[in-house]
Amino acid sequence: MPRRWKRQMIMAETKQKILTRRHTVVTRITHWTNVLALSVLLMSGLQIFNAHPALYWGQKSTFAQPWLAMTKVEVGDVARGVTTVGALKFDTTGLFGWSGKEGMREARGFPAWATIPSFRSLTDGRRWHFFFAWLFVINGLTYWLLGLLGGHIRKDMLPTRDQLAPRHILHEIVTHAKLQFPKGEDARRYNVIQKFTYLAVIAGLLPLMVLTGLSMSPGFNATVPWLIELFGGRQGARTVHFLAASGIVLFVVVHVVLVVASGFWNNIRSMITGKYAIEVETPAKGDVA
Amino acid sequence: MTNYPTRRRWLGVAGASLGALWLSACDKLTSDPTFARTLTKAEGLTRRAQRLVTDRKALAKEFTAADISKDFKANGTLRPQDYEYEALLATNFTDYALTIDGLVEHPLELTLAEVRGQPSRTQITRHDCVEGWSSIGKWKGARLGPLLDRAKLKPDARYIVFHCADTLEQTLDGTGKYYESIDLIDAYHPQTILAYEMNDVTLPVRHGAPLRLRVERQLGYKHAKYVMRIEAVAALDAKDANGQTILGRGNGGFWSDRGYEWYAGI
Repeated sequence: MPRRWKRQMIMAETKQKILTRRHTVVTRITHWTNVLALSVLLMSGLQIFNAHPALYWGQKSTFAQPWLAMTKVEVGDVARGVTTVGALKFDTTGLFGWSGKEGMREARGFPAWATIPSFRSLTDGRRWHFFFAWLFVINGLTYWLLGLLGGHIRKDMLPTRDQLAPRHILHEIVTHAKLQFPKGEDARRYNVIQKFTYLAVIAGLLPLMVLTGLSMSPGFNATVPWLIELFGGRQGARTVHFLAASGIVLFVVVHVVLVVASGFWNNIRSMITGKYAIEVETPAKGDVA
Repeated sequence: MTNYPTRRRWLGVAGASLGALWLSACDKLTSDPTFARTLTKAEGLTRRAQRLVTDRKALAKEFTAADISKDFKANGTLRPQDYEYEALLATNFTDYALTIDGLVEHPLELTLAEVRGQPSRTQITRHDCVEGWSSIGKWKGARLGPLLDRAKLKPDARYIVFHCADTLEQTLDGTGKYYESIDLIDAYHPQTILAYEMNDVTLPVRHGAPLRLRVERQLGYKHAKYVMRIEAVAALDAKDANGQTILGRGNGGFWSDRGYEWYAGI
């Protein structure tokens, strides 16, 4: 038997699979509450967007020149869905502007399967949106408050000094690109890319959704007049709201892909029961053997 | 590793089924009255929260002449087909009279010239439609507060109702006529005016001639067009002897009767 194999066998024998405590009950509950709230907010938000499927910058709508618009266009006898982004035009029939089953197509920005409710109803979309906006805000405040008091933000979310070394960051980027993830002792904590991404979401995108959302309220504008100006006006706020939501969707897609790629059931279990399986040589205090 | 394709397919099927289940569940819940009532509870929370943090006298932002929209969008009724209105329009509103009545000591009938003679205010403000678009316009009109003071509200008056000339929806029970209502704090807000001028010219028909309510800090549908009568009431959901709501369907406005928020601050 070659020596290399022998060494590997010995290592495999000395390593043991243990369950480490990964997520606190607060993290788990707020995570799944956010899954629910953000799903409803996204889809009811697209319903609201569909009431005027065009976006502008600045204080007011420049109806002839939206920077993004989804419209139904008649080309001869044929209707097409057309999406314009700046000077670019895309045929998006079946998806944006003109969608639905063949023969039952309708003019709408986002298709029925992407909105709550699936049929066109701005009133219902708004009711769902504002109800779950409260759930989202209360959930977010709970997470931040307990995370700051309990040390979760400081201990788990902020990168440590060794994680911030350029060499380490570069190494993490390269291994992530190869879909290789930290194992053993290194898997006890979030890796540095995870930390950066999660912080960008919980301290960046999610609060930005609340601030741009509030900026679209004419009542709230009179309360905090400077807030809306940060986004260049109400139409700017609507645009940033849309872009930040798109950023969250992008995050969720990558997040779910990586959850699947780095051990689906282990990840899912850790977000439900809190326990995460790793292989280590010596279990530490707090591990569940 | 070899079971990866099947696992992936399994996840795909599970994901698609969950998505379909989720969509139909959301549609079912939307049409469920109990669930709809629960969702609507958030409206009260939003209204109270905003009123808690907002100075009720805070002004909406006013813009400069350079900000005025050249393409101010008109929505809802663009030209009322109602006989009464057609007749007034034919004589350029010379026969028009604004009625102020209900729970007031001195009911008023004011011609357009008299309304124009009242204390006025000019403001360049942003109009936010519930659909999501915004336009900026310059409005000149009679301040509502002094008009109400002239009519002298009775102590039990709590809301001001605006009855409009246009029928936006044909209904058998006549609840398709446009109307709106605001509370007394908004009624006495300095920026609440009955506009007769828009962008320095007489208010055009598509924007609500001869008088249009401007109640800044609320969404576009609160800004009732074609105002004919202003009525002070104690309640918005009062019923007559037959148990029928007196004002529309009892929710305080044409769009509130159709599911939109009466409090249109968000």
